[in-house]
Amino acid sequence: MDFALTNEQREIQALAREFAESEIAPHAGDWDREHRFPREVFAKLGELGLMGVCVPEELAGAGADFVSYVLVLEELSRADAGVGVTVAVHTSAATLPIVTFGTEEQKQLFVPPLARGEVLGAFALTEPGSGSDAGSLRTTAVREGDGWRISGTKQWCTNGSHASTFVVFARTDPGTEGARGVSAFLLDADHVEVTREEEKLGLHSSSTADLRLDGALVPFDRLLHEERKGFAVAMATLDGGRIGIAAQAVGIAQAALDTASAYAVEREQFGSRIADFQAIRFKLADMATEIAAARQLTLRAAWLKQAGLPHGAEGAMAKLFASRVAVRTSQEAIQVLGGYGYTREFPAERFYRDAKITEIYEGTSEIQRIVIARQLLRGL
Amino acid sequence: MKIAVCVKQVPDATVHKRLDPSTHRLDRSGEGALNPTDLNAVEEALRLRDAHGGEVAILSLGPERAMDSLRKALAMGADRAVLVSDAAAAGSDLVATSHALATALGREEPDLVLFGQQSSDADGAVLWAAVADRLRRPMVSQVAELTIEGGTLTGKRQTEFGYDVISAPLPAVVAVSDAINEPRYPSLKGIMGAKSKPQETVSLADAGIEADRVGEAGSKTTVRAVAPPPAKSDQVKLEDDGSAAEKIVEYLAEKRLI
Repeated sequence: MDFALTNEQREIQALAREFAESEIAPHAGDWDREHRFPREVFAKLGELGLMGVCVPEELAGAGADFVSYVLVLEELSRADAGVGVTVAVHTSAATLPIVTFGTEEQKQLFVPPLARGEVLGAFALTEPGSGSDAGSLRTTAVREGDGWRISGTKQWCTNGSHASTFVVFARTDPGTEGARGVSAFLLDADHVEVTREEEKLGLHSSSTADLRLDGALVPFDRLLHEERKGFAVAMATLDGGRIGIAAQAVGIAQAALDTASAYAVEREQFGSRIADFQAIRFKLADMATEIAAARQLTLRAAWLKQAGLPHGAEGAMAKLFASRVAVRTSQEAIQVLGGYGYTREFPAERFYRDAKITEIYEGTSEIQRIVIARQLLRGL
Repeated sequence: MKIAVCVKQVPDATVHKRLDPSTHRLDRSGEGALNPTDLNAVEEALRLRDAHGGEVAILSLGPERAMDSLRKALAMGADRAVLVSDAAAAGSDLVATSHALATALGREEPDLVLFGQQSSDADGAVLWAAVADRLRRPMVSQVAELTIEGGTLTGKRQTEFGYDVISAPLPAVVAVSDAINEPRYPSLKGIMGAKSKPQETVSLADAGIEADRVGEAGSKTTVRAVAPPPAKSDQVKLEDDGSAAEKIVEYLAEKRLI
C-alpha cells in the first residue's frame, strides 16, 4: 500500500497551487461580490494545460491521470470554488464523455479546442421538472430529414452562458418513458438560447444558466454514443463527475480551515491568542481530521477510476462525505472568526455559501446514499 | 550559446525554518523548492536560448532530493540538469560551494553562467562573485535587464541610486535580480516532458571535485553556536482610535528619531 503521490502528481499539484494562489485567490472576493465570470483565467489555465489535465495527449490534452486532475480541482477550488466548478464541468462533464463515447470524428472535432481551453464545455441534463429523476426529462429529439430536431428547456446548466460545446440529453423515443428513451447529443452555442442566468446563494464567479432549445436542427453525426443509450453516457459521466465535486468540496473545506487557523493565531482575546484556547484548538483539530478523511476518500475514488476499477459507490461516498465536511468546516470557520466571520470582510462566509451546493449538484446527498446502498445490497 | 544556471534547493516558503542545534545547519527535512530568484535566472536563460539558440543546463550542489526542485527548471523548459551530490559535500560554506560549482562549470564550459541574486535561506548574495573569481570571468550582479550581442553582454545593474549599464565579454557570470522578468509557470506538458530530459546526479569524484576542498573539510567558516534571535523588545502596539498617527509621531520624537 502506498499513499505517496508520484513526482509528477506532486509537481502538477504544485503548479495548480502556485497558479491558484497568485492568479485566482487574490481576486476571488471581488469576483464573488461582482458576480463576475473570469473568462481570462480559463484561457491562462488552458495555456498551462489545466483545462484538459486528464484528456489524452493525442486530443491536445495534457495526458496526466485522473488523480492529477482531482488534485488540480482541489487547488483551484481552494482559491475559488466557482473556478473549480467551471473547470470540473468543462472537463469531466463535457470533454470526457466525448473522449469516452465519441466517434473518431467527434473526438477530433470537439475535444482539442476544449482540452486547450480555447472554448468551454457544458452539460445539459437537468430540466425544470426533472432533477434527481433525470430519466423523466421531456426535451425531445425527433428525426427530420438529415438530422434531429431538438426542442425543450434545460435548467441550471453550468457554463451555460459561456460554453461553445454542449452535451445535451433528449428523448428520442417518445414511446419509451424513463431513462431508456433518452439519447445524448453534441450541440454548439448556436443551437441553444440562453434564457436566463440563475441567481444563486454562492458560486458567483461561475455561470449557471437556463437554456431553451427551440427546434434546433442538428445533423445525425451529432448523436453521442448510440441512440437510446444517452442515460448510460449521463450516468458514467456523473460517476466520474462526483469525484471532481468531492475534490471541490475538499478544496473549500481546506480554504475554510486555512482562514480559521490564520485568524486564530492573530486574534487576541482575554490576553492571549484565541488559538491557545482549547475550544478553538479542538475545532481546528476536528476540521483538519475530517478534511484529511474526505481527501483520502476522494483520492481513492480517483485512483480506482484511473485504474479502470468500479468507482461508482466509492465516488458517491467521497462526494457524500466531502460535501458534508465542506459545509461543516466552513460553518465552523465562521464560528472561529466570530462576528468577523459573518461579514464580507473575511472569506469565511463565502466558503459557507459555496460549500452548500456540493451537497446538491452532481446528485444530492440523498441520491449518493441511494447509489451507495444499491451497491451495498447488490446480490444479498 | 551554452548557458548554465546555478540553482539551489531551499526550504519552501511555507516551511517554518529552523537551525538544527546539534549540527548548526539549517533543517532541510521539510518541503523544498527552487530558490525564488533562481526562477528568474532560469527564465532569463530560457529567453536568451529562445532568441539566440543553444542550450540551458541547470547545475546545483545539494542533497539528492534537490533534483525534485531542479526538475521544475526542466519543466519550465531547461534542457538538462546536473546535480553534484555527495555526503562529503554536506556543510559546504560559500568558499567550498564556490569551489565545487566552479570545478563543475569548468567542465561544462558555458558561454554564460547565470545565478539568482541570492538564496532565500542563507541570503549570502556573494556566491556568484566567488565562482566568477575562481573561473577568472567578468561578473555583473543585481542585473535587471540583460542583452547579448555578438560576444558581449550588457547588463543594466540596479543600484541604490539608479542603474549602472555594464558591458562584458563572454564568457561571463551574471547574477539577476527578481526585477529582470516574470518567471513562467511550468506547463503540464513541461512537467510531463521533464521526466524524459537528462537528469544526472554525480558524485564529487565524478565531477572531478577534490573531497577535501568541499564539505566541512573545505569550509573556511565554522558555526560556533546558534541561538534564536532575541525577543523584540520595546514594542508598542497601537489600536487606532483616530489618534494613532499622532501617537506614532510622539513615539518617534521621544526616541529622537525625528
